[in-house]
Parts: sequence; structure tokens; C-alpha cells
Amino acid sequence: MATLSDVPSESFRLSMLINDKRYRAYTFQFIALLLLIGAFSYLGYNLVKNLQSAGLNISYKFLGDPAGYDINQRLIEYDNQSSHWRASLVGVLNTLLVAFLGCITATVIGVVVGVLRLSNNWIVSKIMSVYVEIFRNVPVLIWILIIMAVFTSVLPQPRDFRGANATASMVADSFAFTGRGFYSPAPIFNDGSGVVIAAFILSILGMFYYRRYAKKALFERGQMLPTFWPSIGILLIPSILVFFVMGQPISLEYPALKGFNFQGGIYMRASLISLWFALSIYTAAFIAENVRAGILSVSAGQTEAAASLGLRPNRIMNLVVLPQALRVIIPPLISHFLNLTKNSSLAIAVGYMDLTGTLGGITLNQTGRAIETVLLLMAFYLTISLSISAIMNVYNNSIKLKER
Amino acid sequence: MSRTDNIAFVRTEMLPESPPPAAQTGAIKWLRENLFSNVLNSVLTLISLYFIFQLLQVFLPWLMGGVWSTSSLRECREVLDGAAGGCFSVLTERWNQLLFGFKYPPDQYWRILLAFVLLLVAIFPVLFKDVPRKMLYFTGLFPFIGFWLIWGGTIMTPIVILVGFVAGYMAFKRLEHNSFAMGALGGIVTAAVIIWLGGFISSSMSGFIALEEVPSRDLGGFMLNLILGVVCVSLSLPIGIALALGRQSDMLIIKWICVVFIEFIRGVPLITLLFVANVVLAYFLPPGTNFDLILRVIIMITMFSSAYIAEVIRGGLAALPNGQYEAGDSLGLDYAQSMQLIILPQALKISIPGIVNVAVGLFKDTTLVSVISMFDLVGMIRGPILASTEWNGVYWELWGFAVLMFFIVCFSISKYSQWLEQQLRTDHR
Repeated sequence: MATLSDVPSESFRLSMLINDKRYRAYTFQFIALLLLIGAFSYLGYNLVKNLQSAGLNISYKFLGDPAGYDINQRLIEYDNQSSHWRASLVGVLNTLLVAFLGCITATVIGVVVGVLRLSNNWIVSKIMSVYVEIFRNVPVLIWILIIMAVFTSVLPQPRDFRGANATASMVADSFAFTGRGFYSPAPIFNDGSGVVIAAFILSILGMFYYRRYAKKALFERGQMLPTFWPSIGILLIPSILVFFVMGQPISLEYPALKGFNFQGGIYMRASLISLWFALSIYTAAFIAENVRAGILSVSAGQTEAAASLGLRPNRIMNLVVLPQALRVIIPPLISHFLNLTKNSSLAIAVGYMDLTGTLGGITLNQTGRAIETVLLLMAFYLTISLSISAIMNVYNNSIKLKER
Repeated sequence: MSRTDNIAFVRTEMLPESPPPAAQTGAIKWLRENLFSNVLNSVLTLISLYFIFQLLQVFLPWLMGGVWSTSSLRECREVLDGAAGGCFSVLTERWNQLLFGFKYPPDQYWRILLAFVLLLVAIFPVLFKDVPRKMLYFTGLFPFIGFWLIWGGTIMTPIVILVGFVAGYMAFKRLEHNSFAMGALGGIVTAAVIIWLGGFISSSMSGFIALEEVPSRDLGGFMLNLILGVVCVSLSLPIGIALALGRQSDMLIIKWICVVFIEFIRGVPLITLLFVANVVLAYFLPPGTNFDLILRVIIMITMFSSAYIAEVIRGGLAALPNGQYEAGDSLGLDYAQSMQLIILPQALKISIPGIVNVAVGLFKDTTLVSVISMFDLVGMIRGPILASTEWNGVYWELWGFAVLMFFIVCFSISKYSQWLEQQLRTDHR
């Protein structure tokens, strides 16, 4: 006897592929996959045909050939007989250098501006908001070019430092700010300097250990130990003592004017400086907004509660507001660092030889290997972005509010 | 006997109200509270005032003493004769180049100006609710009018494309009750067929109401920035929505296509994508095709910004409580309907600030095309103007102008978005 609750045995009809929710998903995915494969094979077919007709092939052998061009700002040994691979490596290091320097200064400027923008002082907060609005609303490329132009036209040339009636002079006899770049003293490590560096690293560790000890003392026994002066003391005194005991093994090499240019010391080219500076102040405007939003996100009740417990303003900031604000500030901060790194590829506009300038610029033009170089370029930036976002995910999970 | 009798003197009538002390009222109070509340603040105030004073001392004479009508830097310096002042004559002399590039035929500038005015008219009903809704029809027409005005050629080309779109839309409406997917497919096929057929008509009538044709290599100046910005933002919005929905989808293959696309684009700098447009893309097109550089750049920038917009909209979608999705299902709406009627209106509203940020960022990024030797505003300044013998060495005036142009546009966009956020806030205040 057939019951009413029997499910009528369905026969599969073709129209169900579109109209039935259960099968529709498969139809769509199948179509999408077909389209994707079709598009890729079409593009690949074109690529093969184009390469054939141009007599080219995809190969990375050119990386081993001598590059044949000079790079004037470099961190590692390189000359124009080095390979393209070496040139790209110089470019990678230059990218990382400017990104690293830029992130540090951008953070410092951004935090200061963000805090000052919240200041009670009307005129200061207005100046800071004007700064933020101007820099956020104008392309970074324009800032880089402006600062480069200002550099070369406003700062004195090395020849101005020469002669009896020089129009420019070095700062403290050790720093020279010229339109070609900045010169500063370079440290020279003689025998025994390893001990000094080791002592310095140990004192950094010691400082952190002391701070942890002070925190523990505060949390467990309620004993408030001074932290600021002891940390500075631990940081500096042992290294200075060791430095003199070892007979001053680290000396400085000062830049000096020889002929038409300065020799010796650390030389940072104008392109590096202006790129660094422009990226820093541009990104700092965004970071300032972040910091401001982070501090405002901590409700006034938290500050008042802390104050009613009898905490002093700086302890309220350190113990109550900052830990909560950082949770809001840090994720976007890291994505601004990422943007800064990506924006550093604009170095090509001022002739700073970062990866885009070496691999994506001169190497590409010399070898004509567009596909290979652009792929390598993308792979590099993609690696950096993905690894930073992986780190960020780990961090985000670690600071997530621990809820029940 | 009242208590007051024991006391030597007690006033028996009320004193008239006296004004508050001078330090507690008006400007002085404001100054004390906002500028000189303590030592640190006073120091900061004085430093800021000194800073502003120094800035104005340099800036005002430069602006006021500016020279507006000479034909070269040397001449301008002679006029100035050592006095402080800017050579703004570079702006007046190269005004057309800064705005339109150096190749656009000068007798056709009216077309660009007309297109710009029409753009404002078209964009008004989108931006403001109080403008009559009928104006939206004009907004729909504007892309075709704008294309015809700027690039020229016969009017038949945009008309054919327009007819194709209208026919596609009608086919979509016809088939929509079957299912959204059927409708979309039918619409696209109809539009494609009509545009393909219409291509024969428009190519045979190439002289019909034709404007002088301008190849897109000849576009330049600030106009190029505006064109790239407007076109790419408006194209990337629908693509971004589609990508965001795809990333949220349960269908694994579609989801992964979207994820890979978004993460890849967001991971590389725009400049590498422009390199692709400039030197690589040609390898992937059928041999012999000569694709317009501007079109290639538009494709790449659109891909770039749609990935970012997709992430913003995904944030908006994720912020909606699950109940909204379930409400759509329980009303018996299918996926397309519940997205259109329930989910997207709310998600887009949440995403407005983010979308505007992306749009501002994208508009700023259009200056990057100067790196692949296109002559937008920055490219014009760096290339033809600063390299010319007349104006070699005028930095402040030109860059100041560029800063001003971008600031005006970007700042007003972000102010608008703040205003819109206020307007759309429908919760209890």
C-alpha cells in the first residue's frame, strides 16, 4: 500500500541543472571552470604564437648575463660586470632598505601627529589636521617629485662647501647636507669591537629583563620600581665602560671634501633621501588618522574609571588606554606599512634603484624580457605582501578578545 | 527676633548680576582654555604661531608678488628683478597643456569642456537625492555622449552600443522571471549580437554626424586623470560587487577564482600592473591586434580598484547579521532577489566610506600612468613643460598647481562621503 508520505521518485531532468538549487551550483561552477580554462588556453595560445613569430622564448638565462649598468646606491658589492641576478638583488635590498627606514619614520611622525591632533591646544590640532588632509589628498608621486625638486634646488651643492668663503658648511663637522645627498660619519670596526657590540646586545637584553622584573614586581607585590632612568642606565653604561676598557675600538670615518665631491663616510643619495622622506610623511598622515581613531575608540568611561582608581595620567595612558587602543591601531598600521612598501616602487620616478628600477627598469629595457621580469617583480611584491598578511593574521588571532 | 540682627551687617536686597570676570568670558576665556591652558600648551602655541608666521612670510609675498603674464622663465625673472614672487605665468601660458595635454586639437577643446559640464549634470542625481529622479536617464546616456564628445568619430558608434545595451536590458527583463541567470545570459547575448551587427552599420556610415576623431594617445593633462578616475571607478563598482559576492559564495571553484584574483591584485603595486599593460599585455592578444594603450591601462586600473572595492564590500557583507540572510530566505526570495532587495542595499551603505576611500586612492593613483610615459598632469609637468627651454626650473608654481588640483577633487569627495554617511544614517540618534 502506497503511503502519502512516499517521496515521489524523481527522475533527473535536464532543466534541473538550472532550476534546481541542488544541481545549479554544479552547473555554475562547471561553466565558470570552462570559461576559466578557455580564457587561459586562449591567452596561452596567443602567447605561444606571439613568441614564435617574434623568435622569443621564455627563459631566465638572462639573469646570469652581465648586467652592464652601474647602480650608484647599493648595500652589497656590485659592479657593471655583475649579473642581472646580482643587480636584482641590489634592487631588492634597496627596496627593503627604503621600506624599512620609511616604516620607522612614518610611525614616529604618525604617532606624534595623531596624538597632537587630539591635543587641547586649538592651533596645534588645527595645524595637524591641515597636514593630514593635505598629505592624504594629494598623490604620493607628486610628493616624491616635489621633495626631490626641493632637494636638488634648495640644498647647497658640494662645491659650495669649498674654498675660503664657502656658502655652506658642514653640521658639527661631520654631517653634510647637499643637493646630491647626505653625508654622515661611518663607523669603522677595529679589533675588539665585537666585544663592545656583544656588551651592547647584552645590555639590551638586560634592559628588557629589568622591565619585566619591574612589571612583575608591580603586579605581584604592588611595588612600583622606577623604569625610565634605570633602563637607560642599563642600556648605556656597560657598553660605554667596555668601549673605553677595550681602548675605543670603534672609530668614525668622517666625510671630507676632496675635489668636487665628498669622500668617505656614509653617503645617502638625494633620491633615497627624498623617496624615504616623501613616503614617510605621506604614510604618516594615514597613520596619524589611525592613531587618532584608536585612541578615540577607547571610551571615556575607561579613562574615568582608571582616574577614579587613583591612577595618574601617564599610568592611565600606559596601563589602560594604550593596550586597548593598540588593538585598534595595529592591524591598519601594518597594512599602511604594506602600502608604503608597495609605494616604494615609485622610486623609478626619481631614479632610486630599487627592484622596479633595476629588474623592472634597466634590465627589462636591455634584455627585452618583459614577461619574465614583470613576473619576477610581481612574485617579489606578492611574497612580501602575503608574508606580512600571514604575520598579521597570527597577530590578530593572538590579540583577539578572549571570550568564553 | 531674626538671626540677622546679631550680625553686624547683612545685605537685605539682592545685588544686581555683575558680568563674569574678564578672564572667564569671551575671547580671553577661549584663549586661556584652548591656547594657554598650561606651560606646555603655551610653548606649543608660541612655536606654532612662529611656524605659521615664517610660512606666511615666505608664502604671501610669493603669491602676491607673482607674475602672471610672461612667456618664459627668464623674462619672468627679469620682471621680478630679484623681488619675491612666483612665476605663475607658466600656468597661464601652459594652461591648456596642463588641462588637456599637448596633442589634443585646440579647436576641439569645447568638446572636453562640454563633456565635463555634462559629467557634472549626470553625476548630480547620483550624488543628491533631491534632484529629480528623471535626470537619472541622462546619467545613463552620459557614457555614450561623453565617449562621443571626447574621442569623436561618427555618432553611430555610441548609438549602436546604446541600442545594444537597451536591447540587452529588455531581453533580461523578459527572461528574468525564469531565473536571474537566464536573464543575464539572454541580456548579454542579445547585446553582443546587436552591437556586432551594428558595427557594420556604423562603419559604413562613418561620416554621419561625425566629430573630428581624436586618437587616445592624444589625450593628456588633468583631463586624462579625470577620465581614468571616473571610468575606472564606475567600472570597478559592479565588478567589485560581483567579486565580493563570489568570495562569499559556497561554490568552491568560484570562490577560489575570486580569492586568488583579489589577493594577487592586492599584493602587487599598481605600477607592475601598468608595466603589464604597457609591455606584457600585447603578448597575450591575438597577433596583429593593436590595442589602444589607454584601453589597456583602463583595464588594468579597473582590475586593480575592483579588487580593493571587493574587499571593502566583503567587509560590509560580513558586518550584516546572519538574520538578514535568513530573513531573505524565509520570505522565499531566491539568491538574486534577496541580494538585490535585502543584503546589498545594507551592505553597500556600510561600505560607503571604504568605497570612497578606494575611489580617492584610485584617483590619486592615476598619476602613476606618467611612469609608463603617458602625459597626464604629472607627466605633462615632468615632461613637456619642465623640459622646455622656456620653463626649465619652475618647480614650486607647477607642483603647487598639481597639489591644488588633486586636493580640491579628493578633499571634496571625502567631504561628500562624510555628508552622505550622515544622510544615510537611519538608526536612532
